[in-house]
This record gives sequence, C-alpha cells and structure tokens, in this order.
Amino acid sequence: MFRTLLIVIFGVIITLIMVNILHQEDNYNLKLETLRHKYALKSIPSVSHSKLPALQRDFKTPQEVTEACLSCHTETHKEVMASSHWNWERASYVAGRGISSAGKNNVMNNFCLGTNSNQKSCAKCHIGYGMSSSHFDFNNARNVDCMVCHDNSDEYLKGASMAGYPDRTVNLENVAQSVGSPKKSNCGSCHSFGGGGNNVKHGDLDVALNSCSREVDVHMGVNGMNLECVACHTAENHNIIGKLYSVSSDNTNRATCEQCHTNTPHLSDVINRHGSRVSCQACHIPQYAKVNSTKMAWKWSDAGKLKDGKPYELEDSLGNHNYMSIKGSFVWARNVKPDYIWFNGTADHYILGDSIKSVPVQMNTLNGSYSDRHSKIIPVKIHVGDQIYDKVYNRLVQPKLYGETEGDSAYWKDFKWDEAVAAGMKESGLLYSGKYGFVKTEMYWPVNHMVSPKGQAVGCAECHTRNNGRLAKLSGFYLPGRDQNKTLDFVGYWMFILALIAVFGHAAIRISMDIARNKYEKQIINYDEDKPAE
Amino acid sequence: MQKVYIYKRFERFWHWVQASLIMFLALTGFEVHGAFKIFGFEKAAEFHRTASWMLIGLIIFAIFWHLTTGEWRQYIPTTKQLKEQVIYYISGIFKGEHHPTERTGLSKLNPLQRIVYLGFKLVLVPITIISGILYMLYKTFDQNNLIVIEDYPLASIAFWHTLGAILLMIFLVVHVYMTTTGKTPTSNIKAMITGYEELDDDQQKISADKITKSE
Repeated sequence: MFRTLLIVIFGVIITLIMVNILHQEDNYNLKLETLRHKYALKSIPSVSHSKLPALQRDFKTPQEVTEACLSCHTETHKEVMASSHWNWERASYVAGRGISSAGKNNVMNNFCLGTNSNQKSCAKCHIGYGMSSSHFDFNNARNVDCMVCHDNSDEYLKGASMAGYPDRTVNLENVAQSVGSPKKSNCGSCHSFGGGGNNVKHGDLDVALNSCSREVDVHMGVNGMNLECVACHTAENHNIIGKLYSVSSDNTNRATCEQCHTNTPHLSDVINRHGSRVSCQACHIPQYAKVNSTKMAWKWSDAGKLKDGKPYELEDSLGNHNYMSIKGSFVWARNVKPDYIWFNGTADHYILGDSIKSVPVQMNTLNGSYSDRHSKIIPVKIHVGDQIYDKVYNRLVQPKLYGETEGDSAYWKDFKWDEAVAAGMKESGLLYSGKYGFVKTEMYWPVNHMVSPKGQAVGCAECHTRNNGRLAKLSGFYLPGRDQNKTLDFVGYWMFILALIAVFGHAAIRISMDIARNKYEKQIINYDEDKPAE
Repeated sequence: MQKVYIYKRFERFWHWVQASLIMFLALTGFEVHGAFKIFGFEKAAEFHRTASWMLIGLIIFAIFWHLTTGEWRQYIPTTKQLKEQVIYYISGIFKGEHHPTERTGLSKLNPLQRIVYLGFKLVLVPITIISGILYMLYKTFDQNNLIVIEDYPLASIAFWHTLGAILLMIFLVVHVYMTTTGKTPTSNIKAMITGYEELDDDQQKISADKITKSE
C-alpha cells in the first residue's frame, strides 16, 4: 500500500515536471504590455488653431504666417533658431579636429554631393524661407518655417527649387488653421526624400512608413501601435532627440530603444546580456528598404551621356532610375540585409576642403571596435559610389549642379564638369586646380527604423555559424559557433582518432590472441581424447 | 563462484547519470562549437546550459557522498603494482594472464585506475566545469549591469573548455573499451549496473597465493 502510494506520488511529480518542460508558450512580458498601454492613449490637443482670431485672415506670404504664430508663441523662434534644422550645422568635439562645426553647410556626401552653390534647390528641406545662397540670414525669425513641421492638413508643400518657400498652390490660411503636433508625413516630407527621391538615402526612412503594417515597422504600423516619429524623437523646447551619423558627430542627445524598453527588455538573461555589445537594431531589423528600393551605389563618373544632344533617363524593372544623364548610374535594392560594424556613438566626416587620406574616401567614419568597450555592433547601409575630385589638390570638390538656365555653368544644364566645379568651388571659397578625376567613396548609414515584429528578429544561428554568418566580416573577438581555435581542434580531432585506433587495435590483438589460444587448448583436449585410442 | 558487492547504489546512480549528462553535453557542446548540426544553435545552447547545471548539481552530491562515506580514499594514488598493471594491459592481457590486482569492495580500483580517475576528478572535470561556468557567465562592461568578467578574452575561456571536452571524449573512448577487459567483456558493465561483481574461485586462489608470496 505504502509502496503504491509512493509510486503514484512519484508519477505525478514526474508528469508535472515533464508538462512544464515540454509546454512552451511565450511568457507574458509585462514591460512590453506597460509600454503598449502607455502609448495607446493619444493626447488630444487643448487648442484648436482654427478658432484663433489671429489666424482668421488671408496670408499673402508665409512670413506673415510665422508672424502670426509668434504673436502667441512669442519665444518659440529662439528654440527653433537654436536647432540644427535651422542652422544646418552643429558644433561638437571631434577627435583630431577639436571643436568642429559640421552639418549640411560643409559636410559632403556621395549622393548629391553637397549644398554649396545649390542652396536654392537643397533648401527645399530647410525649415526657412529664402535660402538661395550661402548668404542666408540665420538671425531673421520671420523666415522660420513653422508649417512644414506642424501642418496637420497634409496640404503644405515646399516648392521645388524655391529656396524653401512653399509651393504656390498652398492655401496658407487653411494650413495655418490646422497646425498641431508633427505627424509622420511632416517629418517624412524631408527625411524620407533625402538624396532626391523616396528612400534614396536612408533605406529605412520610406514614405511608405506613413501608413504601413507591423511587418514593415512594428512601432509605426497602423495595425500596431501607430506611433508618430515624435513619440520616440521627443522634442522638449524644440530640441529634438535623435540624429543620424551622416552629418552628426558626437554621442549625445541620441534617441535610443532603451529610453522606452530599458536595457533588459527580454525575459531571457542570455539575450539581455547580448545588449552590452550588440545593439537592439542588429537583431530586430533583419532587413531594410522593405517596401520601396533604396540606392546602394551611385557612379557620378557615368553622368553626362547625351542622346541627340539631350539628357535622358533609364529605368529598371521596378521603375527606379538606373541611369540619369544629370547624375550618373545607380544601383537600387529592396529587402536589403544590413552590413554590421562596431560603433561607439562618435563619428567623423569628410568636410569640404579635407585632403583625401585613403581610397575609397570615407564620407563619414563611424568610430568603434570590439576592444572599445563602449562600442556595439550596429546594422548599417553602406552606400558606395564615385564622385569628382581635384587631382592636384587631392580633395573632393563641390560642383555647381543646380542652375535656373543654361550657360549658368550648372552641371545639370550644361553638362560641363570644369565650369560646374569652378563655379561651385568659387561659391565655397576654395581653390580648384582645373584638373579633375573621379574617386571611389563610401558612406555609412546606421539603420534604426523598420523594426520587425519579434518573431522575425534575427535568429541565433544567423551569427553563431561557421560560414557566411551575418557577422562574418567582424573580427577581433571570439564568437561562439563561428570561431574556433584551429590548432586545438586539429590536434584534438587527431588525438580522438588515435585513441579510437589504439582501442580497436588493442581489441583486435586481444581477439586474435584469444582465438589462437582457444585453438591451442582445443588441440590439447583433442590430444587427451585421442589418448585412450592409442 | 563468489559475488562481491562493489558499487553502492548512489555510486551507480551517480555514474550513469554523469555518463549520460557528459555525453549529452558533448553532443550539444560540439554543436555549439559548430562541429555539426542536430538541434540548431539556439536549442543546443539552451540544452547545454540546462544539462550543465544538472551536472554541477550531481557533482556536488557526488563530492558530498565521497567525503561522508570515506570513499574518496579509493582514489589515493599508489605506485604499488602500477607498473604491473601497465604491463598487464600492454602484454599480459594478450596472453590470457589474470589481472595483477584484485578487486574488492574495500579496494575497487587498480593503481592505474586510481591515477586516471583522480586526474579525471581533480584536473579534467574542474578544467571543463570552471571554464564552462566562466563561459556561461561571460559578461562585458555594460552601463548598468555588474561586471563579472571584464576584458578577459572569451577565446581563452573557450580554449580551455574545448580542450576539456576533447580530453573527456578521449577518456570516454578508452574508458568504455577498458570495461571490456574484465573477466568477460560485459562483466564490468554488469557490475556497474547491479553493483555485484562475480569473482571466480580461481582468482580468489591467485590473490591468496599472492598474499602468501608477499609474506
């Protein structure tokens, strides 16, 4: 009886243990649920600008709208005019340069190269009116463009090549009465279109994010949390947190996943511990450019081919330009697996006037390595290309690309590099030798958006694998599953084989000797049996 | 024929659980190492971690058992008859000679076993387990978290752990083979299962002879 009881108790315990081991369901992550609840509640504005008397009028110029804004928000222009959205540069300490001011005014890229001498066109993405040359007055508050960020009617549109002024079709009264907190479409109107088209530059900032599914971006998806950009990129006093290292240099004021998710977001301790050297983005953004293609390569050296004396364009099967006479040839890609690098949050840039130190020219250098304990592995888009440089002074040059008319020395009208570079460098205040060539360049774009749902995150074995893993190119550290001590493995393997041979050899000798001995003994027995017969 | 009780109940339990854990750890461990693919890296690493804690728990019990029962004395190394034992395995065994040493409940290990098992317990297993714990808790600098191991290269932890694993596998091969060198090829394994080893009168006589000789 007692024995049966023991067996029953033991059986029940074993069953319970097995159920616990074999039953696998996602555990409930309270941290995530708390965040979901917090961001599910959308704030309702306390003021309807359509009811304000100051905005019930016919605005002749956008500057009049700004004045109307400032009549209530009397000090806000000071905040805006302290921002890099307005100044197009930001001072920071850069190792090797000291206090360095970097931004769109002086940092070059390997897309449309740079803003100098092209301001009239580039200023479409400046939050001001009338930036038509490098002589823009950064102290005039009337020229602050409030509407581009705060228009909630989706009507506001900056004109093409109008130095930042709105398009002539825009009804300023409507826009002024419908201002509010910035939406995805406000931020996206510039940040999705960098480089002259949708998703050209970033690869992870696509106009499709304005209305996408959770699979494209788990935060912004309309069937998910449907967050606005400013939910993460908070903007106390117009100081917007978050920046990208295409123009930024220092490790401050960054928008991070950890600001909401903490640095221990997972239930698994092993995965949380990865966070000390692996960024969240590295696993949670398995690919970028999920909806529309992004530019991966841009060869300026191919520009200038004409058909019957006229510029032309070619398209690939997805409708992306792969050749434009004014710009050269491009390579596009969609659903791109990122490259991975070590990054510690600081960067250096190729600043107009710098000498070329190495080829390919690094348009921006993201600092970091395994041995730097503040570095983490981050995913990046690497944009490669070639662009024009001065062979004598050994530096990249700034050509004048945009012009209103032919004969204005603008490359996009005249297709003459010499004249375009001479004009661009003159505007930039730098010498040009007259001898140009094309040099290869590389630019690194950290990938931060298009976060996938957790089920699609990069699996362990995509990095922890002997060959062709995602981190195959990163070195200087031991990655389990990828790395091995080759000598130890070789010696160990052969020692194991030798042990097997020795054991089987020993066994073979034993068996054969045994058989021989048995025969001998049998012979003796036979001899004994034979004896009586004699 | 005489039955001698050699392996006690806990000892047998400990031996077989440890054997299966070590083999399972080898399977999952070498998969994590990238040698082959069975469970997939993620599962292999998870299983390896679970099994390693079980092994550590078992070994703590085993140490306790060895100390409290005094069984640890079985492993005190001796050079007495060590040479004879080695010679037996090199030549005597082929000629059908008997084991030079006798196995009893009081002295169940021959001098060669004493040295090898002592090395197993004091060098091989500690190397593997200590490097394994360091491997498992390997952590680098983090903003908030404590630093357990800082700037100590994982490559060398992994080296010791892999070395231990390889040596354990070699031990396993030789050890399993050596079990076939008993009275019959399976008598030693049977003894480790039932606890009893059959010693024939012949062997008893030989050991008795030896005792008189040495006297």
